[in-house]
Formats: sequence, C-alpha cells, structure tokens
Amino acid sequence: MYEILSKEEMADSSIIRLDIYCPLIANKAKPGQFVIIRVNETGERIPLTIADCNAFSGVITIIFQIVGKTTALLRGYKAGDYIKDVVGPLGKAAEIEKVGTAIVVGGGTGIAILHHITKAIKEADNYVIGILGARTKDLIIMEEQMANLCDEMMITTDDGSYGTQGFVTDALKKYLDERPDIKLVYAIGPIVMMKNVCKLTKQYGVETKVSLNPVMIDGTGMCGGCRVSVGGKTKFCCVDGPDFDGHKVDFDELEKRNSMYLKKEKDALLFSIR
Amino acid sequence: MPEQDQKLRAKNFLEVPYGLTTELTQLEAGRCLQCTNPKCVNGCPVNVDIPEFIRQIRAGDFVEAAKVIKLRNILPAVCGRVCPQEEQCEAHCVLGIRDKPVAIGHLERFVADWAMKTDSIKVPVIHTQLNKKVAVVGSGPGGITVAADLLQLGYTVTVYEALHEPGGVLVYGIPEFRLPKSIVHNEIDYLRRLGCKIELNTVIGTAITIEELIAEYDAVYIGVGAGLPVFMNIEGENLCNIFSSNEYLTRINLMKAYRFPEYDTPKPEGNHVVVVGGGNVAMDSARNALRCGATDVTIVYRRSRKELPAREEEVRHAMEEGIKFKLLTNPVRFIGNDISWVKGVECIRMELGEPDADGRRKPVPIKDSNFIIETDMAIIAIGTGPSPLIFATTPNLKRNRWGYVEVNPETMETSIPGVYAGGDIVTGSATVISAMGAGRIAANAIHKKLSSEQ
Repeated sequence: MYEILSKEEMADSSIIRLDIYCPLIANKAKPGQFVIIRVNETGERIPLTIADCNAFSGVITIIFQIVGKTTALLRGYKAGDYIKDVVGPLGKAAEIEKVGTAIVVGGGTGIAILHHITKAIKEADNYVIGILGARTKDLIIMEEQMANLCDEMMITTDDGSYGTQGFVTDALKKYLDERPDIKLVYAIGPIVMMKNVCKLTKQYGVETKVSLNPVMIDGTGMCGGCRVSVGGKTKFCCVDGPDFDGHKVDFDELEKRNSMYLKKEKDALLFSIR
Repeated sequence: MPEQDQKLRAKNFLEVPYGLTTELTQLEAGRCLQCTNPKCVNGCPVNVDIPEFIRQIRAGDFVEAAKVIKLRNILPAVCGRVCPQEEQCEAHCVLGIRDKPVAIGHLERFVADWAMKTDSIKVPVIHTQLNKKVAVVGSGPGGITVAADLLQLGYTVTVYEALHEPGGVLVYGIPEFRLPKSIVHNEIDYLRRLGCKIELNTVIGTAITIEELIAEYDAVYIGVGAGLPVFMNIEGENLCNIFSSNEYLTRINLMKAYRFPEYDTPKPEGNHVVVVGGGNVAMDSARNALRCGATDVTIVYRRSRKELPAREEEVRHAMEEGIKFKLLTNPVRFIGNDISWVKGVECIRMELGEPDADGRRKPVPIKDSNFIIETDMAIIAIGTGPSPLIFATTPNLKRNRWGYVEVNPETMETSIPGVYAGGDIVTGSATVISAMGAGRIAANAIHKKLSSEQ
C-alpha cells in the first residue's frame, strides 16, 4: 500500500496531481521513467510517467488526465488514502546531453511528463525553449514551473483563449525557421501532436525525441502488449522506451493499437457508475 | 480421474479433473509395491519420499501423508496438478513396465487437497535461528522452494517480486481451470507463515540492483524465469487483437479479465481464434479463449501430432473441448482489415524433413501450399526468452550462448560469488518442478557455504 501525501486538482479539475510516498522508487527514478499503478484489488494496471521525484522525502509525483474508469476512480482519492500497488521506476531514463539549444514541446497532460525531462535538459546546460499547447486556456498546466526551467517560453491554444492561437507545430515552425542552432526537439503529448511535430522536424533534419504511451500491462518486458514499430523493428516500449527517435516511430500503428479497447473502456466506465 | 463434462467445462473456469475420491485413492495406493529401492523417488526432481507417503495413505493417515510430501515439496497441491508425472516419478514406477504406473500425481494431489481442506498441516517450529540473510529474486516455484528450504534451516529470507501478486507463472501463466488460484494462495500463505518476507511490486534491476542485494544479504538467488515473449517477426504481427501468450494469459489469469467488467482489465475477445504453437502454453491459451466465448479456436503447429510438446493430458483435454488442430502448418503473415484489426492469417503447409542433430525432424515448407485461415484474434505461443531487466544493471552476470544465466550445475552459483540462479532463467522455459529442483540444489549449496563460514 502506498500513501497519497497530497493532491491537487489542475486544469479545471480534469487533470490531477498526486504526491505518493514510494521511497524505493523516488530514490532511483530518473527523468523519462514511469510507474505502473493498480488502484485497488479489482483494478487494472496503468502506466503513468513520473512527473517529479524527491529522493530525500521519498515522494514521487504523478499527473494524469481523467480519461476512463481507473483515472476517474483515482480522482476520488485524497491525501491520506492508499493506492494498492505502485511499481517502478520502469523504462529507460531519457538520455540527455549538452547539445546547445533544445526545444521542448508539451501538449495537454504531456506537459507534466515534459517537466521532468526539461529539468534534465536544463541541468545538462542547454539553452531551452519551451512550447506548451492545449485545446483551451484551462488545460494549460504547470506554466509557472516550466517558465522557471525554460530560457524562453511560448504558449499556444487551439481556440486562442490564451497565448498564441494555433497548434504547437505552428510555433515550432517559426522557431525552426528563425533558429538554425536548434539541435534537439523533445515532444510529449497526444499521439497526433507528436506525429505532426516529427513530420515537421524531419523536414529540418532536427533530431526529435518522443515519449510514447501505448497500452501496458506488466511494464517489465514480459508481455509485449506495449510493442511499437521503431525503424521497422518491433520494440517493447516498457523496456526499450518509452523515449524513442520520433522520426522512426510508426505513429499510425500506435494510434490504432491504442484504440483497441475503446469500447471496453467505455463498458468499464459505464459498469462503474451503474 | 473423474472429470467435469466436456461440453459444460468449455464454458466455465472451474477445474477440469475433480480429484480422486477417498475410495479410489485407497485403491490406487494399494497398487504400490513399496519397493525397497524405489526408482520413483529418483524420478522426482525434489525427491519426495513417494513410498512413504503412499504407505501413510494405505494406513488411512492422509495428514501424515501430506506432511511427508511437504517435507520435500513446498507446493504439493500445485505439483500434483501440473507436473508431467508421466516423464518423472511415474515414468520410473516399476509397475509401468507391464501395466499402468501408480498414479503418484493424483495421490499427491489428493492428500495435499485433504490437508488444505482440513487445515491440518501446522507450520513447523523452527528452533535454530541463524544470523544470516538470503534474498530471493522472483516468487515463482523455484524461488519459493529456495525460500522454504532456507527458512526451515533458520535463515532470514526476503523474496522480491515484480508483480503485485506472488507465485510467478503459477498466478499469471497457468489458468484457473487447471490450477485454481485459491490453491496457489494457500500454498504461498504457508511460506509466509514460515516467516518469509515477500516484497511485492519490487523490480530487481531497477528499484534495487543485484549489487545492492549483495551488499545487504549473505546470499542471493535469482529465479526470475524466462518471461520475454518471442514473436514470429512476420508481416502484420502488430495488428490489433494479436497477443503474445504471456500478455493474453496475464490478462486472463492474473488480472482476471475473464471477469471483466467486475475487474477492470479488458478481456480480449474473438469469435475465431488462432493460437500459434504446440506447448502447454498454447493449450492453456486456446482453452482460455474457448471459455472466454470464442465460437472456434484453432491451434496452428508446424510439426505433427507426435511432436506436440504439450502434455498428453492437456492435448486430450483441448481436443475433447473442441479445439481444432491444424498440424504441419506455419503462419507466414497476418492480414488486417481497414481499421488494422487482424482478419486472417496466411499459412503454409509443412512436411517433416530429415532428423537433425537432436533426432527431431525439421519442418520444411511445402512450396505453393499457402492458404488463409479467417480469424479475428490471434495468440502467439511459440516460446519465451530470458527476461532482460536483471542483465541491464548486472553486466558482470555471465550469460551462456543462448542468453541465459550461466551457473555451476552442482551448486547453481553464478559467475558472481554468493549469487545463485535457477529455473527458467538458467535453462529456458521448462517445468514447475524442474525449477523447484534447481531451487533445492541452490538452497543446499547456499546452506553449505554459509554454514561453513560460521
């Protein structure tokens, strides 16, 4: 059992942040790694990226959007409650080097994951430009934390309710046109966003990393449920990833595999509120 | 052994064989010749005193019989069900030369179930407490055996398990209808009552490294199994509704997806299911799929009936339940529909060529014999490889040429002194009981080494 130490409702209560006491994980976790959690005895195992961790206090932070039964269930939890199972740190840590100038692009809840990686990119002494995007103003999260890490930052909303109106790719294109010194792009967010970022950066020949989010069960490499095609080869996201060279990822396949349980997910949600 | 009706059982998850009645048990035990030099004991990888427990059955003392087994085998109710006795203890029974061997497995199961039902096996009081600590990585049958042996000798043992439930393949791999999970829980509970500490959700290699375990413990046993699924690397393998048997069985058995939506893990479903492979895992997957509501399930295997690696009993059960077998057949690609769900598997017919070095006849494709099996769900059960996680952070752990851990077979010690390994991570996928046998050897070696140090 793993205790929730604090909880915050973000983005108009559709995104939740939990601090959980897991000293063993907090001691080892590095940016890019994730945990698998199971809320209760009848629960499923879901992967959530470690958005932050503190080895001294033994705390890890997870941030997630409410999208289905498990996340809805978790929304009802408060500080002092316990989560049945938390396992990690899983996956490979992001490999961060000094490249000069890097752009980090975050979409929606992806910003939460991006935050931990941005920390590492900054610590590796890079000049960091942040582009945060969301559908609308209320869904922009962690603006202040990201602003503290980035040397420059830009915000886009699809509806223009905050920052610049448009997609993150519009902003990214402007930077790529103006700044030939950009050596690395890290994009984390919805699959379609990462796909479009990669399409764009490929034209500029700029190395682009993405963090993938396929369906997972064990998270330790024993089932292949999270398999993705990278450069024409099958990789297990949980042990070979979750970060990959975005120019080699088959996003269309990932998108289809992630939609495999859409109907079941709806059934589960309906069952739980019945 | 009496069994559940084949039509009924194909739709439920209840155990197929009912187990022997008391009367049948006594009758079968009466057949044992009580050899003075019993060969059956040598056939058992953990050397259960078979004639002695059978003698206790004949004397009508089932509890004592169970105790005799438990001395050597920590998981009798499991082994009585899943051991391939026909290749082990029963293969050595002298009665088998002219007649049927004594049904040792069925007898073992009976007394283990009896002891469980009557809750009559008390945990032994351990008198000696040695001041030595041992870490066991993995809570499958091998790790459980090492832990039980060392606990009873007075060691302090901590078992680390990556999943949220202990038992390894016993909980995620072998289906409910073959091995009820309540039985596994009961046998693991006995281990806890022996004083074993079990740390769940702890991945050794990431959360804690082997190096850190060495610093804290007097010995380490690695029993993490061969959990990496092997895929065929053919076109279309990543289409929707194609699973590795590991994923499929984990969803159904460990996550109880068969009880979806009461349990949250979605149940994979298909009407026309194809399972590729011919081992026990393929049989388990196929029989689970049938119980999850498939209208038909087809096993595709590249060799012939004779070479099927699954236990004869499992193949018989599968056939009785209506599972179809397409033998001498091999998939060459999967075909998807317009939304990338599998809709067919293109296969090629095979014939058996010349025997290779091991005497097994190699399957050879017959040219232009391709045909398509329509399917909406496929499960790949062609084997597993060594789990990669431990090696990633333990570079000095020597591997053999197949990628498994290299050990000294006399002691199970690895290239790192004080670190032992056994079971599937050493041999590749084998049986529950062989992992337990390896655990026994390692436990003896660990005890020998640590007691000489005192």
